[in-house]
Amino acid sequence: MSLGPDAGRLPAAYLATGSSSFTEFIGAHAPQLLPSRRPLPSGSFEAPHGTTIVSATFAGGVVMAGDRRATMGNIIANRDMEKVFAADEYSAVGIAGTAGIAIELVKLFQVELEHYEKIEGALLSLEGKANRLASMIRANLAMAMQGLSVVPLFAGYDLERGAGRIFSYDVTGGCYEERDHHSVGSGSLFARGALKKLWRSGLPTDDAVRVAVEAIYDAADDDSATGGPDVGRRIWPTVAVVDQDGVRFLGDDELRAVVERVIDQRQDNPGGAR
Amino acid sequence: MTSMPFYVSPEQLMKDRADYARKGIARGRSVVVLGYDRGILFVAENPSRALHKVSEIYDRIAFAAVGKYNEFENLRVAGVRYADLRGYSYDRIDVTARGLANAYAQTLGTVFTQESKPYEVEIVVAEVGQGPDDDQIYRLTYDGSVADEHGFVAMGGAGDAIEAALKQRWTPGMSLGEALTLAVELLGKDPAGGPDRTLAPTQLEVAVLDRERPRRTFRRIGGGLLAALLNHDSQVTDAPVVDDATPGHHGTLTGETLTGDAPRDATTNPQTQRPTSQEQGHDGSEGQG
Repeated sequence: MSLGPDAGRLPAAYLATGSSSFTEFIGAHAPQLLPSRRPLPSGSFEAPHGTTIVSATFAGGVVMAGDRRATMGNIIANRDMEKVFAADEYSAVGIAGTAGIAIELVKLFQVELEHYEKIEGALLSLEGKANRLASMIRANLAMAMQGLSVVPLFAGYDLERGAGRIFSYDVTGGCYEERDHHSVGSGSLFARGALKKLWRSGLPTDDAVRVAVEAIYDAADDDSATGGPDVGRRIWPTVAVVDQDGVRFLGDDELRAVVERVIDQRQDNPGGAR
Repeated sequence: MTSMPFYVSPEQLMKDRADYARKGIARGRSVVVLGYDRGILFVAENPSRALHKVSEIYDRIAFAAVGKYNEFENLRVAGVRYADLRGYSYDRIDVTARGLANAYAQTLGTVFTQESKPYEVEIVVAEVGQGPDDDQIYRLTYDGSVADEHGFVAMGGAGDAIEAALKQRWTPGMSLGEALTLAVELLGKDPAGGPDRTLAPTQLEVAVLDRERPRRTFRRIGGGLLAALLNHDSQVTDAPVVDDATPGHHGTLTGETLTGDAPRDATTNPQTQRPTSQEQGHDGSEGQG
């Protein structure tokens, strides 16, 4: 590269007016940074997969929990992976699917929301955030066709309504609002069963956290790709609570108490709470 | 009749451009950037609530400008894009004010020499460090020259007069209240020698980079908090460490949480990150897997 008179100056794309979307900016200026713009190798291969995410609303907010296991075929690729992230101050995103691409998408989504906030000086509405995430998943369809799919679960506190809301996605970028509770990932069938039986409307926060942990426990009970609480290594599910105070992740001590109670109650009673 | 020759000497050309830019900048109201004990303070005389002269660029970096709004707004957006792209492709700590100041300097310099009209702007890029000695304040002028300033900068119409006064009166380690009072008093002075004006909180745009905050350190200061900081009879000399309790955008501190304890605590403060391992007691890094 020769050093022209413009060397070092900010490229024209930076100074272009218009979009407050970070994804659109790098799509035009540095497309190699977008997972959806990379050439795909042919054939299939194995990559670590993340598994079960559950989310449930409660009075005044929403809780999201994820197990910590990533699997590659029959191998446990990672036993303490984080799969639930704060997307911004008032929303959390959990991911199931190909872990590498999913985590990249979450990082991109976090920057996308913060970028909008800085350029516009305002927060996106909760639907706005959910739709941004949908368009990012949609762009990933070609990869999903090759087995590198990412299926997120998005939950946030709606500042307009003063309530927690949950959005689910499919690989084509379809975005669906879920009522009350939802789960995605390989253990989601079992987790949904548990949520259906345990969830009540207007639960207090602590009970919603316990219900989410029970659901993860039930998913891990019957799905080999979902990791249960690991008492020996002190690895607990990730639990995020989103309410009017923002996103808060439960600390290890808090989680240990919840998990130990769930395990205690299941002694000689493997079906757990009902 | 022969027409006049079109030769203009490079000296004359640059001088004309510089005069043009300087004239544009001198028409505007001033902005003061100065260090205080817990960070860097930005004070602008700006009655608009929506068209900002001071803005957040990144976690520890902010931007202040005087001159033509459309031109510096363009540079601000470019700076946010530069910082977010860099932070995304490397890491958040790799975004520095020095890198951004260099990019701005090259841009302003190229526009000054090559385009038909220079940018009529003067900007400050500031980064708050771990301690007052690590703070960095860069002043960039319309022709792309950069100055690494220590402690304070004043730009705009009355910039030179304010800077001369700051040289006398600014001291390291001032509290936020003291620094703000000084800046507001100097902004109210008339460089032409007229009577001093007293600027009301509604005529001011005030923001800080607060070094004690985790991650995003930029906060605007408004409402009751700004009035209390400017009021000598109040006991308030510093901004609260926690954000306002009301749900919503937490870019502005209005001092609602001055009394009583806030429900928002430090763990919700780092907006898009898991609590660090010290707070959380285990590895909370994101990138694994």
